[in-house]
Amino acid sequence: MSFIFRYIGERVINLWIFLGRMFIFLTEIFFYIFIPPFRFKNLLRQIRFFGNKSMIVVIFTGAFSGMVLALQGFYALNKFGAEALLGPVVALSLIRELGPVLCALMVTGRAGSAITAEIGIMKITEQIDALTVMAVNPMKYVVVPNILAGIITFPLLTAIFNVVGIYGGYLVSVHALGLSEGTYFAQMELYVDMEDIRIGLYKSLSFGLLVTWICTFMGYNSGYGARGVSRATTNAVVLSSVVILLWDYMLGAFLL
Amino acid sequence: MIEIRELYKAFGKQEVLKGVNLFINEGEVTAIIGRSGGGKSVLLKHIVGLLKPDRGSILIKGKDITELKGSKLDQLRAEIGVVFQGGALFDSMTVYENVAFPLREKTKLDKGTIYESVLNALKDVGLKGMEYKYPAELSGGMRKRVALARALIGKPKIILFDEPTTGLDPILVRSIHKLIRDTQKQYGFTGLIISHEIPEIFEISDRVAMLHEGKIVEVGTPEEIQKSENIIVKNFIMGIENGGLNEERKS
Repeated sequence: MSFIFRYIGERVINLWIFLGRMFIFLTEIFFYIFIPPFRFKNLLRQIRFFGNKSMIVVIFTGAFSGMVLALQGFYALNKFGAEALLGPVVALSLIRELGPVLCALMVTGRAGSAITAEIGIMKITEQIDALTVMAVNPMKYVVVPNILAGIITFPLLTAIFNVVGIYGGYLVSVHALGLSEGTYFAQMELYVDMEDIRIGLYKSLSFGLLVTWICTFMGYNSGYGARGVSRATTNAVVLSSVVILLWDYMLGAFLL
Repeated sequence: MIEIRELYKAFGKQEVLKGVNLFINEGEVTAIIGRSGGGKSVLLKHIVGLLKPDRGSILIKGKDITELKGSKLDQLRAEIGVVFQGGALFDSMTVYENVAFPLREKTKLDKGTIYESVLNALKDVGLKGMEYKYPAELSGGMRKRVALARALIGKPKIILFDEPTTGLDPILVRSIHKLIRDTQKQYGFTGLIISHEIPEIFEISDRVAMLHEGKIVEVGTPEEIQKSENIIVKNFIMGIENGGLNEERKS
């Protein structure tokens, strides 16, 4: 019997240690964000890596999300003759929920996993140690630029995702389903408030921080060897994805 | 120059260092020999402040590095260069950028001066013309040379070598050793080499210390170590696995 308690106890303690380390890591990040020297070059490189290089994936998923939303929304609205509201349905779902969430998931898969692997390899090949002994703070040099890049690029990518999605929905509803162009956009203008857009952008901002925080933490604390890095990368992607969905619900239900 | 006093370190239940005492003289090359997993790399990481000991102190020029933090620690580190086991070159940068990195980050030298110093440092390690290659395009021996050039460029007073020749062929081992010796004469740094290249290491070191099971069991000149009557040292040099010790325990 006692071994069950021991097992559960060990698990719980380990979880607390893990969470504690994550929060210490986060406070260190916030501390170093404001301490010079600022690494603008590294920041720009990471912004390019997160933003520019995720564009294709974001545009592609955005377009198809909007198209499928229009298709399914039309089917449901058609049942009670409210096809005219298809525009707002597509726009609101995208702006408030699907844009930030899907965009964050896609960027996690593309860029989040990559930064975990990169930092993990830097750690196991002693590049992080090399930075430290050269008196260059690795948190500031490697981690902080990623965090800032995440916070800056996620809302921008989400905005692109939303616009592309709305046009995807437009293509399907106007050119395939025969809805009038005017109805699609006029109703959208009527029902989508600035508030909705704000909520969506706040969400993506917080996702940007969460994803880069989790991914850099996992890389920074990855185990040794190829297996250590691969495990860290898997964990980073899985944990980020779960936390995105969880945090999205929490925000929707309690905060925004 | 460097004085290690009663250094203890354990990872969980595994005690790695069990009271290390060692004095490293200024301007000399000291080699630490010992079996793999004997705590040599852990000791080196303590000297440069990457690990904190459970007990004990390391005095570098009279300052205890185990107690220093922040900018004071960085100041002391600026006088220490480290050549890591695998070279630890930044793989996203070229050879030139790697070697220039300490100067770009820590000094206010202008581009021209940095360019000249980097080319000189690369020439000193015999890698002229390799500036724009990436570490992945270099052989193991070349990478170690680049790492040495990067450690030398800041003209540190102390350079620590973590197994600088592991995984190289015997000819390269000698050439890296010669390079360490030559640059040491030229720059006059205090060197600490962790190695298990027996007997080659004796040719380039002024003193040799043997680390065994977390303690320094013998220190002396290469000749003294080679003639040592200590059974642990003797067995290690001759490559006998615990031979004598096991026999003793059995009897």
